[in-house]
Amino acid sequence: MMLELTVNGRVHSVEINPGEMLLDVLRRLGYKSVRRSCDNASCGNCTVLLDGKPILSCTTFAARATGHKIETVESLEKDGILHPIQESLLETGGAQCGFCIPGFALTAKALLEENPEPTEEEIREALNGNLCRCTGYESQIRAILNITHKRGGLSND
Amino acid sequence: MTDALNTKELKCFNAVNKSVKKVDGISLVTGQPVYTNDFDVPGALYVRLVRSSHAHAIIKNIDTSQALKIPGVVTILTYKDLPRIPFTRAGQGYPEPSPYDTFVLDKKVRYVGDPVAIVAAETERAAKLAVKAVKVEYEVLDAVLDFEQAISENAPIIHDEPEAVGIHDASRNIAAHFEMEIGNIDETLKSCDKVITRTYHTKTQLHAMMEPHASISYFDPNGKLTVISSTQVPFHARRILSRLFNIPIGDIRVIKPRIGGGFGGKQAIHLEPYVVAVTLKTRRPARMVLDRSEVSMATNIRHEMKYTVTVGATSNGEIKVIDMEGLSNTGAYGEHALTTFMVAGSKTLPLYNKVEAVRFSGNVVYTNLPSAGAYRGYGAPQGLFALDCTIDELARELGLDPLDVKEKNSIREGESSPIFRIMGEGREGVDQIVRSCKLQECIDKGKAAIGWNEKYGKRLKNGSKVRGVGCAIAMQGSGIAKIDMGAATIKMNEDGSFNLLLGATDLGTGSDTIMAQIAAEVLQVSYDKIKVYSSDTDLTPFDTGAYASSTTYVSGNAVRKAAEMVKEKILEKASVYLEEPRENLMVENAKVVSTKTGREVTYEELGTKLFYTFEQEQIAATASYVGEESPPPFLASFAEVEVDLETGKIELVKFVSYADCGTPLNPVQALGQLEGATMQGIGWALFEDVIYGKDGRMLTNDFFTYKIPARMDYGKLECGLVDSYEPTGPFGAKSIAEIGIDTPIPAIANAIYDATGVRLRKAPFNSEELFFEILKEEV
Ligand code: FES
Ligand code: FES
Repeated sequence: MMLELTVNGRVHSVEINPGEMLLDVLRRLGYKSVRRSCDNASCGNCTVLLDGKPILSCTTFAARATGHKIETVESLEKDGILHPIQESLLETGGAQCGFCIPGFALTAKALLEENPEPTEEEIREALNGNLCRCTGYESQIRAILNITHKRGGLSND
Repeated sequence: MTDALNTKELKCFNAVNKSVKKVDGISLVTGQPVYTNDFDVPGALYVRLVRSSHAHAIIKNIDTSQALKIPGVVTILTYKDLPRIPFTRAGQGYPEPSPYDTFVLDKKVRYVGDPVAIVAAETERAAKLAVKAVKVEYEVLDAVLDFEQAISENAPIIHDEPEAVGIHDASRNIAAHFEMEIGNIDETLKSCDKVITRTYHTKTQLHAMMEPHASISYFDPNGKLTVISSTQVPFHARRILSRLFNIPIGDIRVIKPRIGGGFGGKQAIHLEPYVVAVTLKTRRPARMVLDRSEVSMATNIRHEMKYTVTVGATSNGEIKVIDMEGLSNTGAYGEHALTTFMVAGSKTLPLYNKVEAVRFSGNVVYTNLPSAGAYRGYGAPQGLFALDCTIDELARELGLDPLDVKEKNSIREGESSPIFRIMGEGREGVDQIVRSCKLQECIDKGKAAIGWNEKYGKRLKNGSKVRGVGCAIAMQGSGIAKIDMGAATIKMNEDGSFNLLLGATDLGTGSDTIMAQIAAEVLQVSYDKIKVYSSDTDLTPFDTGAYASSTTYVSGNAVRKAAEMVKEKILEKASVYLEEPRENLMVENAKVVSTKTGREVTYEELGTKLFYTFEQEQIAATASYVGEESPPPFLASFAEVEVDLETGKIELVKFVSYADCGTPLNPVQALGQLEGATMQGIGWALFEDVIYGKDGRMLTNDFFTYKIPARMDYGKLECGLVDSYEPTGPFGAKSIAEIGIDTPIPAIANAIYDATGVRLRKAPFNSEELFFEILKEEV
């Protein structure tokens, strides 16, 4: 069947198989930042934003995304300028192998849009579903806290 | 190297010892298609494996006729289609210390998940359907699922194939055996005031890296067999593929792109032979990506080990004897069997170097369970759990503070241990003196951070909850001395930038960045002038690969040497160009400057002249390095736990680790290695429990059933680095990648005891077990 998907502001007409998941369709369209790690809604690596809210694309039917705005991490950098969360990850070493980063960055972006000054507790809670096996989480939590500090937010030490 | 030089070097770092951003950082944070499975290769077939559903069986018949009828299925290969060449998947240097006990496909299967047939199809769906449609008839054999039963009289023999080479005693399922003794154990025990013997058991662990293993193979336009793979060891992969398929090494190219985590789990040659077999048969590109359950149950896991430790000491806590007898479970195949077992001793026993007698012995046995392999720590965490906790128990029985006992018996700068010489990896080791050791500073910092003096032995209670603290100290190595080789090539461009070609394999550890920093330091340019290209067997020089904490030390020294050679050539040319004697010249800020006359030439000017008009020559150099020693990093860790006495629930309130890794070449990346390894150790201690069914099938093969730590699962994690200067390392550096995983299990076990008086001697620790032990204590 044919489907219309709006990804990062671009409209794609795409042929999909019945029951195909959004993850597979996005990767086929070239959005390789959407990563499959578990394929059963338990790691967060395949997170994309659907109308600004994080969803797991490995268990979301592609068909469900029609008529909604999908964002992947490819949309965060604009004209060579990184999103603050990306910049901050580079500084704190929050991207080791980097495989988990797209899911992490999108979830963090959604969190910051909803709650610009999250406490460490709130950060941990919001990102609990995004597994990372490399970093021990600390550098990624620091990456978010540093942005809020820069904005003059509360210190959470 | 003299001390004066060291101090001088320490003070004038321009590029190393700085937390610069990773050279691949932007591509990672912007989600570029950099991993194996992101590469689009037109026309690639999807490869999947038919896997055994029995733990131990002989294949009677494989019927592929129905599967081949499925539209899109291109070929199905079984053991009959492949040459029968025994090998090891281990991915080690040559000759490998692991037995050749594996075939790409065999007529016998030895664990649930063992490959039976290779299916290749035009679509993933067709490949999946075909896997189900292949009918395999088995003659099911008795299986060995408990490693303590493996050598018993009536245990079935797992490796009865006559072609296997290098198995210690196949008839008793013993893959490897090791024993060594220094001094006289029995005599020295008699002179001890206190002797205790305890048994500690560490269960296995999954690597659980986020990127599932992936490989792609194809013939390039010139007919070269090319393999893109998520491997930690591209050069070993090439060598092994060459032997398995009888293709000259020079006709194979292995490329490692970015890797989504390895931790040892991508050292073995897991997928490459299967895609290559398909490409050779069909002449078409082939792609294989594991799904999560395959990553869990059909790659490698950690060696389960059990040690019985006897420690003898004087009444004031001087340790005089250590005797460790162990049993390790290598599963269906003997990958890293001997070497991980030896590391359990060689990377723990030298810590307690004041002993008069020491013995280490035991067997590594086969079972019909998934094959164990390399995993961060590589046996050291299992050995340390047993050794550290036995010493902890001994100290408490003597009425002494266990931290004091560990502190005063442990190795210090300028000291040595006979173990260094006797135990290497798979063979003898190398004599060495510990030239850099800031273990004491690590202990002091950690002790203050956890509040040891205020909390130890206090059992602070809050309702049904009680708190306790525990400590553990550890060491590791930096590469395998006299075995691991790294090499680097540096060539100069006319704009004053340099290409650094490296065999070394960055797994996400940041090694590409650190290597650029080393070259930049020698050449006195900013690190972004060093353009790194790594891990491509056609284009980069050899490197053994990323394992055994070797990259910073071994490959780093190779980079430093190559950069020094390039610098020397630049100075020679500049001397002619500036008409100044060589000894007047130095490099500084991407220029050659005369200290006498002040005349100078920029790299850019010199480089351009050298390419086009003046004394034309490509400046380039290749250097190799093999470690003469394997300088250990050191670590002191502290855990504070809170146990609910009514449920046995264990909360990790705080975990503190301070490490001495020499000069941290990139402090942020080094700290990241320590934090990541520590979290993996915490997960293993508290949540990560592998469970098998009665049939030997791994039941915990996804993230629901095998829980790795998430952000809400721990209290505070405090990691820090204590600078030392390792004179044999590049700019004073030692390794940091593995050591953090060694201490969480013993430190947490000791903290649980401090809180509850219950000794848990089997890891991971679970609430149920602790609860029942607490009940027993109360009775
Ligand atoms: S791949 Fe979707 S949650 Fe893991
Ligand atoms: S950085 Fe490797 S999984 Fe997060």
